[in-house]
Amino acid sequence: MALVEIRNVTKTFHRDAERIEVFTGLSMDIEQGTFTALMGPSGSGKSTLLNLIAGLDKPTSGSVRVGGAEVSAMTAAQLAEWRSRNVGFVFQSFNLLPVLTAFQNVELPLLLTRLSKKEREERVKIALGVVGLDDRLQHYPRQLSGGQEQRVAIARAVVADPTLILLDEPTGQLDAKSSQEVLALLGRLNDEFGKTVIVVTHDPHAAARAKRQLHLEKGTFVEQNQAAMAGVAP
Amino acid sequence: MRFVPLVLAYLGRHKRRTLLTMASVALALFLFASLRTVITTLRAAADFGSARRLVSTNASGLIFPLPVAYAQRLATVQGVEKVTWANWFGGQYGDGKRFFANFAVDAKSYLDLYPEMSVPADQKEAFLQDRSGALIGARLVDLFGWKVGQNVTLRGTIYPGDWTFTVRGVYTPTDPVINDDAMMFHWEYLDERSGRRGLAGWYIMQIDHPQNGPVVGKAIDDLFRNSSAPTKTGTEQAFNASFATMWGNVSLLMNTIGMAVVFAILLVAANAMMMSARERTRELAVLKTIGFSDRRLFGLVMLEAGLITVTGAVLGLGAAKVLYKATNFNAAGFLPGFDVTGATLAVGAVIALLLMLASGIVPAVRAARLPVVAALRNVE
Repeated sequence: MALVEIRNVTKTFHRDAERIEVFTGLSMDIEQGTFTALMGPSGSGKSTLLNLIAGLDKPTSGSVRVGGAEVSAMTAAQLAEWRSRNVGFVFQSFNLLPVLTAFQNVELPLLLTRLSKKEREERVKIALGVVGLDDRLQHYPRQLSGGQEQRVAIARAVVADPTLILLDEPTGQLDAKSSQEVLALLGRLNDEFGKTVIVVTHDPHAAARAKRQLHLEKGTFVEQNQAAMAGVAP
Repeated sequence: MRFVPLVLAYLGRHKRRTLLTMASVALALFLFASLRTVITTLRAAADFGSARRLVSTNASGLIFPLPVAYAQRLATVQGVEKVTWANWFGGQYGDGKRFFANFAVDAKSYLDLYPEMSVPADQKEAFLQDRSGALIGARLVDLFGWKVGQNVTLRGTIYPGDWTFTVRGVYTPTDPVINDDAMMFHWEYLDERSGRRGLAGWYIMQIDHPQNGPVVGKAIDDLFRNSSAPTKTGTEQAFNASFATMWGNVSLLMNTIGMAVVFAILLVAANAMMMSARERTRELAVLKTIGFSDRRLFGLVMLEAGLITVTGAVLGLGAAKVLYKATNFNAAGFLPGFDVTGATLAVGAVIALLLMLASGIVPAVRAARLPVVAALRNVE
């Protein structure tokens, strides 16, 4: 069953007098439990598509459904509530809050739940344990390496146990070793925990980790391959 | 409550700026409370006075005396029940830096007219029996550490020479608007020693009914209209108010300039708070991505503004309340003791609330309306 269903989506931006059409009738499905890589050149619409799936942006027309919920029709308040339960988002530049420790950063999504302080603490420790940073609970982002920061960001994305994990260039600012660690972690989240992972990337190594690759160009899919066809060893 | 640590973490991000902003708010509200207290104290001083007491001064001005012989004639005016008189002495104690009111009074009749001055019976008797004795306000006694029975020497400014008095009694006002750091001594002592015999600075009359004040006052002034020292009579409140009006322009000036300063400080504080929120556009967008709703972000930014202003307000208004009370501040004796009233604290709290709204609303609305994608695109 498709977790993400996108139907006839158009998306148009206006920059001054210029009208930019990113999508003109895009349709696609992403199955639950898959690991999908969205690839393509800059400006092809990868991040826009990710934002539409996350409910951070709305299509000009068409429908975006995630887990049966019509995301494109939700109000801002409904979207916030829905995102807090169903989506974990990871950014290229980590975007941890610098004033908070790793623990506090990971705890943020849980503040929106009814969990007690003790329950939140347990969950945060588990999430940081999964990403291998249970010894860095009280470290601030400035005290962590880039790879560690991104792992904390991933822990933040999974701590509320969302169905869908969306990542926008998660290895874009990491060295090769850290990239491998993060990609291996994403693989585990998909394989062991059954999370549906969608990653926007330029990195062929990252794409090779995915079980499905979607290539966007000028707002349309040009080919859909299995990871093995990418010709890049993980 | 679960979001408070998040807000505190933000406040701790730029500790110096946060502390300075809180200090600005505290200073502004301290100044506000102080200025308003000056004004309320001046008003209280002007309002002091029984409607049953009239005061007669020389029509040419307070510095010109009246014959003491007027006392008997004043007592004959219909409606007048009691008469007393006093002279301003203007003596200085020690280095003279600490001003306090000191004047000669016709002791027995003066105390009869001012039941608001509470004096222990034995001390009152001792004062009445000693022509060089003095009756001193409790605050003044505390200030100088004087004891009953101790000799106190004042240096005369209007009446030259050193004047030594024996502290015979300590009075405590039962009405807080009565100045409790004044000193009174016997008019006879001044009359005998000064060489300026038979002169009274002003007369105070108790009348039968407050409503008769204007009629009795007119009768008194008519009585002395064609004499060499005509009188000007009014209620004690009007007499006190005439002193207060001298302060009136100062009060207006203080009010205007003071409020401008307060307002300027508040603007600086508000700007600092708004700047702090503006710096966090990226982080606010991240919080929205995580699932923080517009309303929640609005609340968080307002909570932050609230914590700064509430802390500043508690420090500023609390300091004013505690400080003036603890130090018994009374503008070096020119005014009754400062007391920051409940009304002043309430107005200060309203100002703090307005500041919170003024400094918090704009960034809070901005945070709530922040377009996530655009905000993230700018930083990604």
